[in-house]
Amino acid sequence: MKTRYSYGGDEHIFVEMDEEMSLEAFFKSMSITNAVRAAHIDGITEVCPANGSFQIKFDPDRIAPDRLMSTLQSLEQAAEKADKRLQTRIVEIPVYYRDPWTTETLMRFRERHQDPAGTDLDYAARMNGYDTVEQFIHAHHASPWFVSMVGFVAGLPFLYQLVERERQIQVPKYLRPRTDTPKHTIGHGGCFGCIYSVRGAGGYQMFGITPMPIYDPTQKVSYLREFMVFFRPGDIVKWKPIDREEYDAITADVAANRYEPRIRKVTFDLDAFNADIDGTNQRLMEALHGV
Amino acid sequence: MAFKVLNPGLLTTVQDLGRPGYFHLGIPMSGAMDRYALRAANLLVGNPEGAAALEAVFMGPQLEFEVDATVAVTGADLPARVDGEPHPAWTAFPVRAGQVLSFDYLRGGARAYIAISGGIDTPPALGSRSTYIIGALGGYHGRALASGDMVPLGSPRAVQHGMEVPAALRRTVERSAELRVLPGLYWRLITEEAGRNFFEDEWKVAPEADRMGYRFRGGRPFTFNPREQPFGAGSNPSNIVDACYPYGSIQVPGGTEPIVLHRDAVSGGGYFTLGAVVSADMDLISQMQPHTAVRFVKVDMEQALAARADEAQRLARLREALAA
Repeated sequence: MKTRYSYGGDEHIFVEMDEEMSLEAFFKSMSITNAVRAAHIDGITEVCPANGSFQIKFDPDRIAPDRLMSTLQSLEQAAEKADKRLQTRIVEIPVYYRDPWTTETLMRFRERHQDPAGTDLDYAARMNGYDTVEQFIHAHHASPWFVSMVGFVAGLPFLYQLVERERQIQVPKYLRPRTDTPKHTIGHGGCFGCIYSVRGAGGYQMFGITPMPIYDPTQKVSYLREFMVFFRPGDIVKWKPIDREEYDAITADVAANRYEPRIRKVTFDLDAFNADIDGTNQRLMEALHGV
Repeated sequence: MAFKVLNPGLLTTVQDLGRPGYFHLGIPMSGAMDRYALRAANLLVGNPEGAAALEAVFMGPQLEFEVDATVAVTGADLPARVDGEPHPAWTAFPVRAGQVLSFDYLRGGARAYIAISGGIDTPPALGSRSTYIIGALGGYHGRALASGDMVPLGSPRAVQHGMEVPAALRRTVERSAELRVLPGLYWRLITEEAGRNFFEDEWKVAPEADRMGYRFRGGRPFTFNPREQPFGAGSNPSNIVDACYPYGSIQVPGGTEPIVLHRDAVSGGGYFTLGAVVSADMDLISQMQPHTAVRFVKVDMEQALAARADEAQRLARLREALAA
């Protein structure tokens, strides 16, 4: 890993842990951003962690850019030694694959796609060496995913698949971003999965949709009453495939305010995960289902 | 105390100075695209300079007042009328209960700020009244104004009518502009030639120019230094492992049309960024119409901070000129 520092205009410092994505880069970025927050440095106005990088917004009238830069560099050394263990939660998210809404949208934006003749799922299955879309869908929901960033638009989680790198799903983004994406679309670009929290532009391939809201500015959804954004970096997600009937039932439950997502507390230890990926994932599943 | 929206215009939203503090969750700061114009409009009508006002794009709204109020219009050159009577821009004027405020066609710029004494009193969301339309957050029920809306007003302070911003302190709107850019971020991914072209070429504001970002066209396509795409980035050379985007940062999806991110920006994504427009020039972007010719001018941090100091001085002179 090689850390790279840069200014983003006169109000931001951008710090990349590594060019490529890894959980090591995520944990190091998290350690530094935690240290930055704890240091309460005057002049810092926002701390924004991302997958394997982070960004600081600051007021250059209060702290000189070069001074803040050297402060951040000094925090990097301490972060190297930080604990790579996280108290977090695992959440089950229902997914209706090949739903009619994302299908309609992907057909509408076909001319922006690498493979105008097929669907995003056909393309992703082929790109990842699966013979059938069914096999690809199974690979998508068989293992858990790690929320390595929240952002893009309000509350959107970026998800990093918890399997060996060779098995991680990778797909290019659309050639030109779409101007429309249905709310709650399950997307994928590069190695990252996502849930589009709101309707809008997007460049990720579309695989399906969830009936479970993850952002509610009115805070009426029962599990979003405390805060309008559901996800935090470090959350773990397990997709659960559902059909149209179940999709409609959950949608009705959400509307009637009786839907409760399945959430369990877990500990994620990066060293333990690296030593035994399948075993770690099995323990995560046991925690989720209470076996 | 309120006004009724008879006609919302093209896109009229409630905006104040924005909602910092939630960008790490993908919620942008939002707020007036032209903060200087917002501050000026508020100071003219006796409001705190960060009070909520209306931001109208290209076309003005038509508003019927329930109460007597003082109004000021700044920013874009959008001539105001009260019951048909014209009123000068950058100047405070009275509107009485029952009167209708309307606007002529746009003569220059893109965004007008309409401040009303007392300020707009919609409920704050996460500390701000600014409308973030994509997130349905803030403003009037999280959306742009629509016909029939009754928009609440706060209690006004005493003001003198006829106060005006001196001509030297009004931003002139031109057909071409320069935007100062501090190179950085993923600058190293593009070739030296592409970097040179970017600053040499004349770019034009594309029709896709909104509160999220401004797209530019007309310059030569970018070429990239050869490299193996890092794991997780995606295969196009303009792709990166999804990272944060600074406000003002310039991304170039597919290496063709640069996009400058503005106040409703996405907080991150997977396209490389080559640097950022300096903070002092962000207001200027918001007054550019499509087809405005733009040159990007390379600066260093010292020049960026000097531009920022100039902007702060201009604001200090404005406050002095409008001190009650």
